[in-house]
Amino acid sequence: MEQFLLSLAAGIFIGGVAGYLGTLMLSKKMALVAGPLGHLTLPGIALALIYGFDISLGAFPFVILGIILIWLLEIKTKLPMEALTAVVFASGVAIAFLFLPIEQAETALVGDITKVSLSEALVTTILCFLVFFIIKKIYSRMVLINISEDLAKIEKINVKKYNFFYLGAIAIIVALGVKMVGGLLTAALIAIPVCAARNLSKNLFQYVFLATSFGAISAFLGILLFKFTDFPAGPLIIIISASIFLMSMIFKKGT
Amino acid sequence: MSNSILKVKNLNVELGREKVIEDLSFELKEGDVLTILGPNGAGKTVLLKTLSGVLPYKGEIEWQKEVKIGYVPQRLPFIKETPMSVEEFFELKGSSKKEIEKTLNSVGFKNNFLNKNVGKLSSGQFQRILIAWALIGNPDVLLFDEPTTGIDIGGEETIYALLAKLKEERNLTILLVTHDLSVVFKFSNSVICLNKCPICQGIPKEVLSSETLHKLYGEEVKFYEHHKH
Repeated sequence: MEQFLLSLAAGIFIGGVAGYLGTLMLSKKMALVAGPLGHLTLPGIALALIYGFDISLGAFPFVILGIILIWLLEIKTKLPMEALTAVVFASGVAIAFLFLPIEQAETALVGDITKVSLSEALVTTILCFLVFFIIKKIYSRMVLINISEDLAKIEKINVKKYNFFYLGAIAIIVALGVKMVGGLLTAALIAIPVCAARNLSKNLFQYVFLATSFGAISAFLGILLFKFTDFPAGPLIIIISASIFLMSMIFKKGT
Repeated sequence: MSNSILKVKNLNVELGREKVIEDLSFELKEGDVLTILGPNGAGKTVLLKTLSGVLPYKGEIEWQKEVKIGYVPQRLPFIKETPMSVEEFFELKGSSKKEIEKTLNSVGFKNNFLNKNVGKLSSGQFQRILIAWALIGNPDVLLFDEPTTGIDIGGEETIYALLAKLKEERNLTILLVTHDLSVVFKFSNSVICLNKCPICQGIPKEVLSSETLHKLYGEEVKFYEHHKH
């Protein structure tokens, strides 16, 4: 029971903050970047599984690598993002499968939050609060940067500094996200609650509130369902999230 | 004799390796309205952005000390990606509700506009919102980039009537990019014709001959001349 509550708490925090962060990522067409980033973490996850350390810890350096690649791509070259996805991130998957123990492939691909230890849950909670406050702090400036870097610069906003904190927040959330839903589903964790929230929101407040709530609720119900069905929790969380999105489509038609 | 508010000397702007503005010099006095004319891709928007400090340049741009600049961009396509009310859009600039209401009123909106979804406004309404946004903080100078397309019919005239009213009320100096020659004659006391390098500059009635316009726009000039009512 204690194990169940720990995973529930960690899941709700990760899901909620991922949704919150997603509201910034969707507007910059960055939400899908979480996908390739998640894939790239797979070698790190594989190492963590082999040597028995925390999955997020294994994933983190690879997320940082991915973010540096995105940064280089945005600033230094004019290659489209798809090229990066196809070449570099697919290589991440390929490399991971060279040495990933096959019996642990499921954990790597779709995550497993249900075996989280007390210390892991504590660290996760602290990191989630940290990221939450970073996002809250940079939020309105980041929205302006997303709308127009020119306007932001005229307002004397240091765009590079804000992007640095923004990417840092993405790195932490992706690293935590792979623990919950695995390298394959992290993008969905970030993108789906936000898409559902956008369908239903008329303003920024509703958008943020709904995206955060949908993220947290999906994690809560997904882990709850795992308890009763024994299907893996990661896919259940994403399926709940997708169902919320479908319902939001129906309500959107009504408005 | 009013004071000089902006001096530009030998301005050169390169984007990538392409020269976008070459060797431009001009001066503005407080209360001037300067129109920047030119075909698409002539560097008009780049000039406004450079003057507002967003783009790197060579040469000199000397604003009056502690001048405040408001910038009205051509359009903001990404704003529709995020659900946002008019009030929230202004809060991004850190403005108080009182100031937002006052500024909205001065561009002709009632307070009930605060709760409207920015993404659902008509292009004409949105343009006025952008002007109001630029006016927050009481700028001395307004840089106005006219959208080339997508403003509701009849909207254009009211925008320039509005700009003229705001100029009087707030003693603004205005730099505007436009395609509409009638605006140049009616509204501005100074013009720069730009096609990467300056082709003509001075008082509109003196420098805008069909010859200079021909040089500026090439064959398109006929259309523009007929456009003048």
